[in-house]
Amino acid sequence: MEFVQLLVVGLVTGCVYALSATGLVVTYTTSGIFNFAHGAIGMLGAFTYWQLTVGWGWPAALALPAVLLVLAPLFGAGVERVLIRPLHGASVDVTLVITLGLLLFLLGAANYIWDPATSRVLPELFTSGGTSIAGVNLSSQQILIVVVAVAVALALRTLFSRTRIGIAMRGVVDDPDLCAMSGASPARIQQLSWAIGASLASVAGILIAPKVGLSSIQLTLLVINGYAAALFGRLKSLPRTAVGGILLGIVVEMYPVYIAPHVPGFSTTATELTKAVPMIFLGVLLLFLPSARLRTSTAAGRIAPTVPGLRQSLVGGVGLVVVAVVLTESLSSDNLGIATSVVVLAIALLSLVLLTGYSGQTSLCVLTFVGLGAWAMGHSGHSVLGLLWGALLAGAAGALVALATARLRGLYLALATFAFAKGMDEAFFYFHLGAGQQLEIARFRLPGIDTSSASTFFLLCTLVLAVASVGVLAVRRGRWGRQLTALNDSPAACATLGVNTTVTKVAVFTVAAAMAGFAGGLYGSSRGIVTNNDFAVLGSLALLLAVRVGGINTITGAVFGSLTITMFPEIQKHVHGLPDKLQLAYLLTGLAAVSVGRDPDGLGGQFSRLGHHLRGLRTPPSSSPTGIPELEEARLVHS
Amino acid sequence: MSTPSLDLDTYVPHVDHTYDPRDPEVALYVDEVSVRFGGVQAVSAATIAALRGQVTGLIGPNGAGKTTTFNVITGLESPTSGRVWLGNEDVSALRPYKRARRGLARTFQRLEVFGTLTARDNILAAAEFRRSWSRDGSDARATADEIVERVGLSHVQHERVDMLPTGLARLVELGRGLATRPKVLLLDEPGSGLDVAESEALGDLLIELAKEGIAVLVVEHDVDLVMRVCDRIHVLDFGRIISIGYPKDVQADPAVQAAYLGAED
Repeated sequence: MEFVQLLVVGLVTGCVYALSATGLVVTYTTSGIFNFAHGAIGMLGAFTYWQLTVGWGWPAALALPAVLLVLAPLFGAGVERVLIRPLHGASVDVTLVITLGLLLFLLGAANYIWDPATSRVLPELFTSGGTSIAGVNLSSQQILIVVVAVAVALALRTLFSRTRIGIAMRGVVDDPDLCAMSGASPARIQQLSWAIGASLASVAGILIAPKVGLSSIQLTLLVINGYAAALFGRLKSLPRTAVGGILLGIVVEMYPVYIAPHVPGFSTTATELTKAVPMIFLGVLLLFLPSARLRTSTAAGRIAPTVPGLRQSLVGGVGLVVVAVVLTESLSSDNLGIATSVVVLAIALLSLVLLTGYSGQTSLCVLTFVGLGAWAMGHSGHSVLGLLWGALLAGAAGALVALATARLRGLYLALATFAFAKGMDEAFFYFHLGAGQQLEIARFRLPGIDTSSASTFFLLCTLVLAVASVGVLAVRRGRWGRQLTALNDSPAACATLGVNTTVTKVAVFTVAAAMAGFAGGLYGSSRGIVTNNDFAVLGSLALLLAVRVGGINTITGAVFGSLTITMFPEIQKHVHGLPDKLQLAYLLTGLAAVSVGRDPDGLGGQFSRLGHHLRGLRTPPSSSPTGIPELEEARLVHS
Repeated sequence: MSTPSLDLDTYVPHVDHTYDPRDPEVALYVDEVSVRFGGVQAVSAATIAALRGQVTGLIGPNGAGKTTTFNVITGLESPTSGRVWLGNEDVSALRPYKRARRGLARTFQRLEVFGTLTARDNILAAAEFRRSWSRDGSDARATADEIVERVGLSHVQHERVDMLPTGLARLVELGRGLATRPKVLLLDEPGSGLDVAESEALGDLLIELAKEGIAVLVVEHDVDLVMRVCDRIHVLDFGRIISIGYPKDVQADPAVQAAYLGAED
């Protein structure tokens, strides 16, 4: 009977996933843009509903339509108008930055409006009642969820097959221009799809919040389950998406009872994996995706700022160290600690310059590698070899990620690294650095150098940053750098010139992850204590965006990213009246990402262009200069 | 170098009985390749032989399946049926990079340049790729300089490729292909975007490359160029090879004229 009960619970949970995923698929198929912020929109819907009912005492009968039929659709339509419509024809990379920026922004905004320190409860729509069918107890809420899911499925079916606008919606993604010629306005249709998407996200948020709690981060990241379900439907088929959601719901409920305890020898580990089940589900689906064809140049619009020569970069490196020496004289030891964090994080972010900036591999898991490095350091006592173990461990993890995602690019690679980061969060860091525990990390010792002194350690880290920066620039100018740039500009051309792109990808992932792991060791040593919160997936996301804003193919970008993300919380501490920690970082990083994210080169690129301009040089055109239309694109994306 | 003879009177379309993929003169053999995209038959049972030391033309109206055929040859696209032979070896199961390492190079109609690198660095990168997989210890920089000169890019070699006009960018792709020292070179509309003088120079270069023993297979719309440089021509229409022969014969073939005239209205 327990089995049947769990099956029913899984089915109900699955219905919520399916609702959420359906919204994701509707916006994706109609606008071609994968909305990473889908969960954040649902979270906002749930909080708004809480505000109206619990906060202001509106009856559910009024609040529900107000949220689902008015506010959410208006919000979705507004997002489409302001952020999405100008993206017409933008690369996957740009759409990724914009929607991830929106995610962070909404999260920051929600945390600002609804202080996360206060606990809130969203009651079920029907608290009493319920029934028992064949010995299985069903609450009214559970019945309601199933009824809503079925109703939405039927409504969408009618929309897409019976109404003119619905049929037009199906046509938009295939060929927006053709659709425009036939009289339907693609912009209008796209807007409608975002309105529907926001509404569906909110339904899911409101229905699931009583179960998982009204937590902004929880609700936002619950969308990974939606991603998984949507991927089951190949981001196209609504019925398959629904099946995917329900399947995932059942697996999630069944796993801790029927699978984890029965894994011989590893039942503890298997139980620890429980919360990572949706991520594993998503990862497995990504593995079975049909092979992406080697295609789609992303070079159009990329400026790729001029790479400094050896002399220039050496001068820069020396300059950095000189500045650090001056700082050690003037900063208090507290502030030296902060400055050390900035420097160490910048080293980690250099790995993103190499990985994402140069070779075009999107990674949403930079902090996971940093965390592995810190963890290794924490188990190495005072030995400086801990840095090496950290680099090796993270490098090995990077190689595995690259091998597992060998065939994935763009959106799918972003999803895979997102799932990896979240999975490691839930299944590794939570159990080894989290749950009230923390890891104390002893500072390594070097012969002849007093690493325990704040200023010496700061100088040491700055020296590492300077060497790493010069090194990364040297790589960019050299043979491997040409190969990475080539891989970024045209994977197809690389393959037809005899390059095994998988080997290149594994190599760059390994090196970048090892760099991040090395930085992780330094990070741990500098902090002395780390917890799982230091390496959460949202942090990776904020860092990627901050580096993107600064210019992901420049050293400036890495320093900018580290500086902003580290300094925001510090600034907040010293400015009265500002909200609590981290929200400003999310809010502003998100805002910056959605506003300058359209320029793939970020501020670094802007500076470079300004420099060109001042020196009277020609600047590359911002769109494809060859004038060759991207005709094949639609067919080429995972057909 | 044996010149193939083809009796147009007894010629049976679709199947080229003249060549065997194992014939040492045949550098590339496309064996009854068909490609279907959903409901569209892009290529049907196309058989093409490119011979060592010859320029072979592949012409046909827009949408005839020429680029798709190139994608199948290089392994970027899987055929629904049919096989590809390279230097007497069946390479149908090999991934693109392995085919390249067996001496196959190509250019793209929709440019696939390394846009953020300079023209010379594009060619240098290719020479370095070649060096690392062949381990022949060649001097990549010397190779790059030589090819830059040869394809006529000296004056723009330090410009970023996405700042170059299309015609020159196509020459960059040609140079990049040459830098891998191919045995078979596929060129997808190399002449489009070039002015008369540049096109003339390109023609000379293609003839020269063939003389060095490379099998060149070229897709081109510029009829003058095709007629001048090609030893043999295959005509593709709606995915089928409708004619094979010497330039003059193909030009006179009523089926070819019908295909081109039919495509225009």
